[in-house]
Amino acid sequence: MNTLSKLTAIATVALVTFMVGCKPRGAQSAVGGDAAQKTYVAPGKYDEFYDFVSGGFSGQMSVYGLPSGRLFRVIPVFSVDPEKGYGYSEETKAMLNTSHGYVPWDDLHHIALSETNGIQDGRWVFANGNNTPRIARVDLKTFRTAEILEIPNSAGNHSSPFITENSEYVVAGTRFSVPLDNANGDVPINTYKQNFKGTVSFVKVDTSGRMSIAFQIQTPGVNFDLARAGKGKSHGWVFFSCYNSEKANTLLEVNASQRDKDFIMCVNWKKAEEYVKAGKAEKRTVAYAHNVYNENRHSATSEIEKEVLVLDPKNCPDMVYFMPCPKSPHGCDTDPSGEYIVGSGKLAAVIPVFSFTKIQKAIADKNYDGDYDGIPVLKYESVLHGEVQKPGLGPLHTEFDADGNAYTSFFVSSEIVKWRLSDLKVLDRVPTYYSVGHLSVPGGPTRKPWGKYVIAYNKITKDRYLPTGPELAQSAQLYDISGEKMKLLLDFPTIGEPHYAEAIPADLIVKNSQKIYRIEDNQNPFAAKGDANARVERKGNEVHAYITAIRSHFTPDNIEGVKLGDVVYFHVTNLEQDWDIPHGFAVKGANNAELLIMPGETQTLAWKPDRVGVFPIYCTDFCSALHQEMQGYVRVSVPGSNVPITFSTGKNEPTGPIAQNK
Amino acid sequence: MSLILKLEIMLKRIFFSVFLLVIIAFFATSCGGEGVKKDQPAVDINELTKNQPETKGAEVKETDIQITHPLNKDWIASGKTIYELKCQPCHKLSEEKLVGPGWKEVTKRRTPVWIMNMITNTDYMLDKDPEAQKLLELCMVRMPNQNLTRDEARRVLEFQRNNDGEK
Repeated sequence: MNTLSKLTAIATVALVTFMVGCKPRGAQSAVGGDAAQKTYVAPGKYDEFYDFVSGGFSGQMSVYGLPSGRLFRVIPVFSVDPEKGYGYSEETKAMLNTSHGYVPWDDLHHIALSETNGIQDGRWVFANGNNTPRIARVDLKTFRTAEILEIPNSAGNHSSPFITENSEYVVAGTRFSVPLDNANGDVPINTYKQNFKGTVSFVKVDTSGRMSIAFQIQTPGVNFDLARAGKGKSHGWVFFSCYNSEKANTLLEVNASQRDKDFIMCVNWKKAEEYVKAGKAEKRTVAYAHNVYNENRHSATSEIEKEVLVLDPKNCPDMVYFMPCPKSPHGCDTDPSGEYIVGSGKLAAVIPVFSFTKIQKAIADKNYDGDYDGIPVLKYESVLHGEVQKPGLGPLHTEFDADGNAYTSFFVSSEIVKWRLSDLKVLDRVPTYYSVGHLSVPGGPTRKPWGKYVIAYNKITKDRYLPTGPELAQSAQLYDISGEKMKLLLDFPTIGEPHYAEAIPADLIVKNSQKIYRIEDNQNPFAAKGDANARVERKGNEVHAYITAIRSHFTPDNIEGVKLGDVVYFHVTNLEQDWDIPHGFAVKGANNAELLIMPGETQTLAWKPDRVGVFPIYCTDFCSALHQEMQGYVRVSVPGSNVPITFSTGKNEPTGPIAQNK
Repeated sequence: MSLILKLEIMLKRIFFSVFLLVIIAFFATSCGGEGVKKDQPAVDINELTKNQPETKGAEVKETDIQITHPLNKDWIASGKTIYELKCQPCHKLSEEKLVGPGWKEVTKRRTPVWIMNMITNTDYMLDKDPEAQKLLELCMVRMPNQNLTRDEARRVLEFQRNNDGEK
């Protein structure tokens, strides 16, 4: 074979290879050759985006870096976290208080990053508790849950916490309609149509981030699913998708799928504000917990609030409209311009795209298709921008880039489909592994999408990773959307079930990230600011130990005089003022968890000894070469013992005969 | 085979090879050529975290410190408060070593500039200064940066001078 023949042969083989390489073959094939390079963030380098991912039924929120997919932190929100003492320390227990008492778990579905002028600002991230209706606010200075507000007149806070473009409100629509809190709830379940109502709540966020329920709107007994606030021209409106317009109370799988169309509910919240101001809202007596973590006192307080203002659309014309949307709409997403509202009927064969301008015109022209429980229903054709034809099976959610493109997830056909808003043409599709739920483009729900990637959050992983018994990890998948074609770059497992997530450029967060709590600003009433204040005091059958921690000892580390029947409160103050030097604290047999105390912080562990003896205490978070030596003892004596309270560090040397025997 | 025929076959082959290469280039590009935009600069973490409560000192120079007599009573008092909050767990006022060396005679053993740098530039000193490194070998615990400003460190120095009996 001469050189030319060889060249031809090599070229042919190479061509075939490349051609095959372009064709999706299965789970492995869609990855581009340079995917590793695009997601590799070298040691010591930083990711470009933070990705805040819902932890689903773990109740927590996880923080990943993009494009690497590295997990940085799991923020405890609605569930206890023994690792961090969250929900176990005396200071944090109140965070999980509700009108039902202490509820140490929830189901966290959706993420909303705070915005200013429709652009992510990196101050806070909000999340919903789906089970016992709650909204949480996480402070992005500390990556800690700063506030949790319970939602009354709600049963399953799913349609939440979607945010308005200046963070005026986060919303909360009830997934379940129920007899409301102050109605008689002891009714037959099959009286649903008479007795069950829905609500959507508008939770005001003030400049400090503090939340309060401004008002609720009582609605017909439908099930609210998701929501999006308008932006730009549609600022002042929120769009809620809902299903079960049939008002079924059993076998919803069939009975709530009867009608050809359900609704997207359009709420003019500026109008609602006027009605509240005009005194149209009814003040109702309810009970809901409002829990706030104080950054200076390092502790949470929980108050039960008693009142809420409720607007009834019957008394408030022009505030609420229903917009027909095919087949049990799920996602309901507004594009960056605020003009288009994309509905996604879970069972629909098309994606309807509504026009805000047309909605306004239909309202002005009273172009109605009757009413639903007295609320006007806008005529479908009159508000429709158009339908995306044959997009895929089971459309769920849509996000946007800055170039007029939309990305919709398809659960049933397991794919992401890219299409153009202007002419509704499908441009590209990529498979996901498997069964994608939400998807997210960095900045995708805002007026300013950062673009670059779309991340799929998948419900099922099957054979993607090494098997781990019957339960497998859920997964996220990162796709490059900077070119015309979407390209799979990476997949990574997630904590719990990932529902929604939002990604934000790292530099919007990094510059505010707190390193320590200044010990001078520590206002925890149980702080021991310096060893001079370290002490142990008895108050009846309570023993309060004010302990300091610094590399690598506790002061005091020998405590005596505790008696069986006492409750011991270890108030541990970390005197360190250096970044990334927490100390841990644990005591043998404690029926709760450890403490993890940040530099300059004070946290308290309550311990009720169950037997007489000597109990070790120690630091659980490796702090120095002598971390293992960071330990001590607590002596527990019999009830009625006359051992006095004593405490010391470095002084309690043996005395008497034993010492003399040395 | 005539020379012309041979030449023709050769040309055809060359042409075909070039044709294939062009197609390969096309596919290679379409498969992986478009990358993530590299136009954004990398995040500079040090620049972004400058406005932090944590105080990392710039090196203190000898000329930055004035040693005066009599001692400043206010500084001694506030130096004592800072000592009790941030230093006492590891440093006794006697000669006794606890986690770190006792402070008795520290102002005789060390220059003011050394002490000030040890307090405000702790990591730098532990990494670079031979005397500080000797102490690390002795104590086996890295002295933490306790987040004192230069002014606060000066007050602590005044408190140490007082502890050493200076007037």
